[in-house]
Amino acid sequence: MTDISPTSADAPKPKAHGSLLEATPLMKRRNAAEKRFHAYGIAAIVVALLTLTVMLFTIIRDGHSAFYQATMTFPVTIDAAVVDKTGSGDVAEMSKVTTIGYARILGESLVKYLADEGLVVEGMTDKEITDMISKDAPARLRDRVLADPSLVGQTVTVDAFTGGRVDGYFKGRVTREIAERDSNVTVTQLDMADLMEEAGVLRSKFNWSFITAPDASDLRPEAAGLGVALLGTLYMMLLTFIFTLPIGVAASIYLEEFAPKNRLTDLIEVNISNLAAVPSIVYGILGLAIFINFAGLPSSAPLVGALVLTLMTLPTIIIATRAAIRAVPPSIRDAALGVGASKMQTVVHHVLPLAAPGILTGTILGLASAAGETGPLLLIGMVAFVTNYPASPLDGGFLDPASALPVQVYSWASRSDPAFIERSSGAIIVLLIFLFFMNALAIVLRRRFERRW
Amino acid sequence: MNDMRIVERDVDITENKITARGVQVYYGTNHALKDVDVDILDKTVTAFIGPSGCGKSTFLRCLNRMNDTVASARVEGKILLEGEDIYDPKVDPVQLRAKVGMVFQKPNPFPKSIYDNVAYGPKIHGLTRNKAELDEIVEKSLRRAAIWNEVKDRLDASGTGLSGGQQQRLCIARAVATNPEVLLMDEPCSALDPIATAQVEELIDELRAEYSVVIVTHSMQQAARVSQKTAFFHLGHLVEYGETGQIFTNPQDPRTESYITGRIG
Repeated sequence: MTDISPTSADAPKPKAHGSLLEATPLMKRRNAAEKRFHAYGIAAIVVALLTLTVMLFTIIRDGHSAFYQATMTFPVTIDAAVVDKTGSGDVAEMSKVTTIGYARILGESLVKYLADEGLVVEGMTDKEITDMISKDAPARLRDRVLADPSLVGQTVTVDAFTGGRVDGYFKGRVTREIAERDSNVTVTQLDMADLMEEAGVLRSKFNWSFITAPDASDLRPEAAGLGVALLGTLYMMLLTFIFTLPIGVAASIYLEEFAPKNRLTDLIEVNISNLAAVPSIVYGILGLAIFINFAGLPSSAPLVGALVLTLMTLPTIIIATRAAIRAVPPSIRDAALGVGASKMQTVVHHVLPLAAPGILTGTILGLASAAGETGPLLLIGMVAFVTNYPASPLDGGFLDPASALPVQVYSWASRSDPAFIERSSGAIIVLLIFLFFMNALAIVLRRRFERRW
Repeated sequence: MNDMRIVERDVDITENKITARGVQVYYGTNHALKDVDVDILDKTVTAFIGPSGCGKSTFLRCLNRMNDTVASARVEGKILLEGEDIYDPKVDPVQLRAKVGMVFQKPNPFPKSIYDNVAYGPKIHGLTRNKAELDEIVEKSLRRAAIWNEVKDRLDASGTGLSGGQQQRLCIARAVATNPEVLLMDEPCSALDPIATAQVEELIDELRAEYSVVIVTHSMQQAARVSQKTAFFHLGHLVEYGETGQIFTNPQDPRTESYITGRIG
């Protein structure tokens, strides 16, 4: 600096870079760019939140009514002459009486009860009154009596669903104008429904059977429930977890810790990433060809569904697990090897415990995405109409036909009766709650196992 | 270099612990260590010094075969531990590492309790038959690492919760718990503050009574303070090896002189 000629002391020094108090044009542009970038980010998040809100809003708006069902409460005298013709009280003998007999008992009891209570609509036939009862109610009454034969001859209080149309009337889906043109419901029935509601005979009640009951046909949408689908999804998740965790962890550990770095392992790595990108429907076709056609496993079975979902989620789980293993600092491996631990001891004692939260989170998130998978399950027959619960796992329940939540959503959405619209959305709510709990479990596990190093 | 005080201690043991002859190390095609011959004495602190990338850490990691974990590394030549070739195909590196303990540059305690950190080595090597013996080994090791008094009341606390210097001494306790014959230290003080460094250096001097200690260091003052023998590495060659006092006061090779006077490195 000494060779620069000194300026005279009193002359103001020219500022080489301008004043700090005013921004240069370049600085202004940079600041503007930064602000724009900021705004893009906020805009993206706003769009995402809005979409989520709209989605949740519409689903809850359409689906919440599936959890409530118009229910009639009235006394029913269980006529021994109808349900127990021999008078023996023998369940095997009583089970010969079909639901038709019980339907008659229900119908007669309702007609009599309404007349006693003075709830009368001019010109309403007994058949119209009887038709207001859900076609499912006799079956439920029959199950109840067969489970407890001492009820025969007594008068019990019955909660019976109304038919889907009357229920739709209370949910605003069915109006009197529609009823005039609808052969399934009459305006008189709606008038009676209003009367019954005023008298407190007919009430909207929380519908547990939506969650527990099996699917039902188009004729009685009010009885359709998610029981079989929930069990099916639960079984599949259980099996998928059992299949994916050991395979995924073993493959990841081998690839990360033991495999030599050569062409073959490179090829395997590339292909695992490729498999993660294969459309899920392809795994469905594969499952159909291998597990059902070749191996001869039954279709619609949770076991087959789980195998297909295992194939589908394994790549994702392996990628997540490898990332978790790689995130364990190498210094820990050095430390273990340095005190003379073998490679396997290093992995089992130190690497795996540290990678466990990541592995579990990855696995559960992989399972959650598998739980929402529909495509491959359609191909292996899980879209079937199943009204029997699968047996418990110990009794071969994994091979019994079952449905799955997302498939149930799909199949309800394609039914013709409008009552299935709300059930379809309701099933989505249940599915979302199911996934919410799985993700919550992932977070809890992560917190639980998380250690600092 | 005036502040350097040379440890005036004669090397009283002349028994070779480790003998290396013609050691070559390749990382892929990179010839990292060229023809190293060295004799490391028992109950002596040997310091490896040299500029970054000179091969001193590489050589250290050859001594307990930690280089085996680097896929591309290839070691040639002979390294004998008490006359036995440690690169003999019959040697299991796991068994070797129980005899040749190692302390790393960055303190790396396991994210477990202090007790478990020290007990881990004896456990996996089956050195104890019961809990009482294990307790004894843990206490002895922690005492030897001069950290017992600081942690004796919180053996169940996490090892990662200690300060940097304490962590490094815990790592030393962990290394001595398996009762090794040689202790390798790869820049053990580079992540520590001066006070912790002084504690660890004092400890190294005490450890000399029982072990052969090999320490890699960037600090020439440290080499001068703690070691009796010093080896100077440069560009993969072992340039000079001798008594620490002689290396620092009367280097034979011009490269050593340049390095210790600060002209290269």
